Amino acid sequence: MSLVFYISSFIAILSTIMVITRYQPIHALLYLVVSFLALAVTFLSLGAPFAAALQVIVYAGAIVVLFIFVVMMLNLGKQTAQQEKEWLQLRAWLGPSILSLVLLAEMAVLLLQDDPTGMPAAVVTPKQVSLSLYGEYIIAVELVGFLLMTGIVGAAHIGKHKKKSLHRFLQTYPNLN
Amino acid sequence: MTVMQHIWIVLGVLFVFLNIAAGLIWVERRLLALWQDRLGPNRAGPLGLFIVLADTLKLFFKEDWIPPFADKWVFILAPAIVVASVLMGLAIIPFAPGIVVADLNVGLMFFLAMSSLGVYSIVLGGWASNNKYSLLGALRGASQMIAYEVFMGLSLMGVVMLSKSFNLGDIVAAQKDMWFIVTQPVGFVIFFIAGLAETHRLPFDIPEAESELIAGFHSEYSGMKFGMFFIGEYLGISLISAMTVTLFFGGWLGPAFLPPVVWFFLKTFFFIGIFILMRASLPRPRYDQLMGYGWKLLLPLVLLNLLVTGAIALWLKS
Repeated sequence: MSLVFYISSFIAILSTIMVITRYQPIHALLYLVVSFLALAVTFLSLGAPFAAALQVIVYAGAIVVLFIFVVMMLNLGKQTAQQEKEWLQLRAWLGPSILSLVLLAEMAVLLLQDDPTGMPAAVVTPKQVSLSLYGEYIIAVELVGFLLMTGIVGAAHIGKHKKKSLHRFLQTYPNLN
Repeated sequence: MTVMQHIWIVLGVLFVFLNIAAGLIWVERRLLALWQDRLGPNRAGPLGLFIVLADTLKLFFKEDWIPPFADKWVFILAPAIVVASVLMGLAIIPFAPGIVVADLNVGLMFFLAMSSLGVYSIVLGGWASNNKYSLLGALRGASQMIAYEVFMGLSLMGVVMLSKSFNLGDIVAAQKDMWFIVTQPVGFVIFFIAGLAETHRLPFDIPEAESELIAGFHSEYSGMKFGMFFIGEYLGISLISAMTVTLFFGGWLGPAFLPPVVWFFLKTFFFIGIFILMRASLPRPRYDQLMGYGWKLLLPLVLLNLLVTGAIALWLKS
């Protein structure tokens, strides 16, 4: 199982790097999907099939689709690719990557100190997930519910148009869509 | 189960469902013709059955053209996604006791995950074609499928509540005394409507609405790439029918004079027939009507169904 873990995390890291370095936004988003799928396999190899399924349904299946939706609507052409190319200069990414390489080295050292195969092998069933969600963490779940509800109400408020009548003849049919 | 048995099951499921998908070319045309009072394909071979062969050969020998203005790799990738995601979805369906490719304990979630990945074929196909009709089709497809995925997932939660499991084998076993169509009629209706929208079949085929958008997201596709979309649609119909049978109509359960697999496929073919009858009998709604119908009618209904099911389940328990 640990081999699966390492392969999928390697794919996740590689595809995330590809997300950053692509010039064409849609190609970057495709690599983002691959990264999420790799993350789902990582969850699966750690014995969390429920989290893996949710990762695919919510992130890969809904959120990235919405990203692609927006990018399609914006109709970004070659100009954007050119702009991206100009932004991705060596001196812009050199500093952050050296710093994160240091972090990576530290993490590798810490991981190699312990037994690397000592990952939890027990599978978390959907029942356990829901019992802890609606038992132990019920307040957190409800608070998240409130937060999402405010988001929806806000979006509905912003998205609501005041009905504009362009002509007095049209005012006589207020319910006409 | 030995490894060899497992491989045979995988190959068997692939063989049977790819053949069903191809055979549906003939079934759909004959049934549509029956309902529209004409004969349908009846020339090639017995009962016109060789139309399947003729159609497939035609698709194989057509020029496989990639438009110069298209994004080549994404254009090639898109039709593969639809077939792959649907075939992955078939992996968790129990055809008979012990005959299942992957007996996952999150089987239902896996099905939802795979059906949500199917959206990419439409979105990417429409975008990569670099054609305004394709793009419009892709936009419609994306919003339609994201919206109906929500109801699809929520409509199945009633079944999960009653059977107390995400495993499809357990769900079928929980229907031994009473099929879930009796206890979850609202869930069934909403699941079936959402399934129609997910496979973008008529009356919900607005991503490809040929009278407005030529062929929508696959306008630029030809040859076997179009064939993949075509087969993907039929595979999607088979998958949704098989899921309906598994979740609401007792899966392989049935009187003992026929083996379980036969019961399963009999019920599945019945629902494939309903899919085709829907196409033959219903007109296509307008785009805003479809979205309004989903969010304003189906969402409250499915939440209400969930609430009532939960309350009754709690009441029965206490």
